[in-house]
Amino acid sequence: MRVRQMGSNDSKEAAREIVVPGDLLAISSKRAGPGTFSEGGKIYAAQLGIKSVRPDSISVVPLSGQYMPMRGDLVVGKIIDVGASNWLVDINSPYPSPLHVNEVPWRVEFGETRKFMSVGDIVLLKIVGVDEIKRISVSMQDHGLRKLSGGMVVELSPSKVPRVIGKNGSMIQTLKNMTGCRIYVGQNGRIWIDGELDNMVLAVKAIKMIEDEAHNLGLTEKVKRFLEENQVKGA
Amino acid sequence: MGGAPTDLKLIDERGLRLDGRRPDEMRPLKIEAGVLNKADGSAFVEWGLNKVMAAVYGPRECHPRHLQNTERALVQCHYNMASFSVEDRKRPGPDRRSHEISKIISEALTHVVFTEYFPRTSIDVYIEVLQANAGTRCAGLTAASVALADAGVPMRDLVASCAAGKVANTIVLDLGKEEDNFGQADIPVGYVPRTDEVVLLQMDGDLTREEFDKGLHMAIGACKKVYEVQRDALKRRYTARAEGQEEGA
Repeated sequence: MRVRQMGSNDSKEAAREIVVPGDLLAISSKRAGPGTFSEGGKIYAAQLGIKSVRPDSISVVPLSGQYMPMRGDLVVGKIIDVGASNWLVDINSPYPSPLHVNEVPWRVEFGETRKFMSVGDIVLLKIVGVDEIKRISVSMQDHGLRKLSGGMVVELSPSKVPRVIGKNGSMIQTLKNMTGCRIYVGQNGRIWIDGELDNMVLAVKAIKMIEDEAHNLGLTEKVKRFLEENQVKGA
Repeated sequence: MGGAPTDLKLIDERGLRLDGRRPDEMRPLKIEAGVLNKADGSAFVEWGLNKVMAAVYGPRECHPRHLQNTERALVQCHYNMASFSVEDRKRPGPDRRSHEISKIISEALTHVVFTEYFPRTSIDVYIEVLQANAGTRCAGLTAASVALADAGVPMRDLVASCAAGKVANTIVLDLGKEEDNFGQADIPVGYVPRTDEVVLLQMDGDLTREEFDKGLHMAIGACKKVYEVQRDALKRRYTARAEGQEEGA
């Protein structure tokens, strides 16, 4: 067991193999995971990305691409229109999503939506449903979901969000601790940051660094060093 | 066709073409992926004297709304030739030819893209011909499929493209400008190597059945080479960046 684990770790290091759509990944009965498709018992890559082999499935971790909403995702949205009983929210995906008054933590009378939130406001939402023609329903009724005031929003490629969070949240924890900023990372590639101006600037620089080097190894350590070198006094 | 200058020899005594190529030889091809910062995906193709840029945006909301399909994404291609791309200034704007090329390239790409993953959206592909020297639809399609892959659009395979034709009674590969203008026929081919499918096929000029088959085979053989260059360009984009070269996504 131990040997096998070592083996799989080693292969993970060596097998950061970049694949191109149409590349044959395996001839096996494994499940074709995200970023792949199977045809005639063979599994092929569907996206440009890094091949990832699991015991039961094969997938491709994409290097680029749009955000596709999934149920349960936490997203940072921007209000782009206000209706009588809903707000239209841009969640950085091909589909705008209406936020109904029943899904916000306040009691809103018909036609009074504008008193609560207006165009340009930034909100922290959860995707509660995606149907087969990709109609999105979002909600603000859960722990921690709210309108975000102050701070700033940075955008990065949604495919790089997992690297900003890091293994078990290691990267985001480092960022929060060393800059002293409050940070929310939306699965849609939007990150909201609030804190002292100098610290926010530092956090943004670190995030840009993560985005540029997302497919490199040992990134958390590198970011940590970068933050230590540039840390603002009193942070 | 016809009207060739009487002294123009498209194929000389040694069997070589105007630019010194053998009949079954392609012009040099160079592809670079990810050349534009603001597009979701992009590619630049230099194919002989052709210079073609392709940019992909999306999947994004489909406008005008009546075009959107509840079941799948629309691949909308816009082929455009820059006014300075040819010797005599090209009158800018869409014309019959660019409409046609946009349509056939859209159809070729629709065939490989998993359009069912993105209902109600549009994937916009812009092909800009900066310098033209015959074979721009093939160069455009080649660039567009690299740009689509670069944008992270799920696809069954890349589409490779190359043309064959008939010049001075010989079947030749990848026609140059003079060969296209004064030759006898031209067959652009779009090909999906993994499934061995032809997704674009046109013919301009007259060929016998045998000549056509020979030309088609030649073009498909060349598409396989083009495919390797496409794959290499996509892989290189990320291996080059891994060595510390920075770029906005």
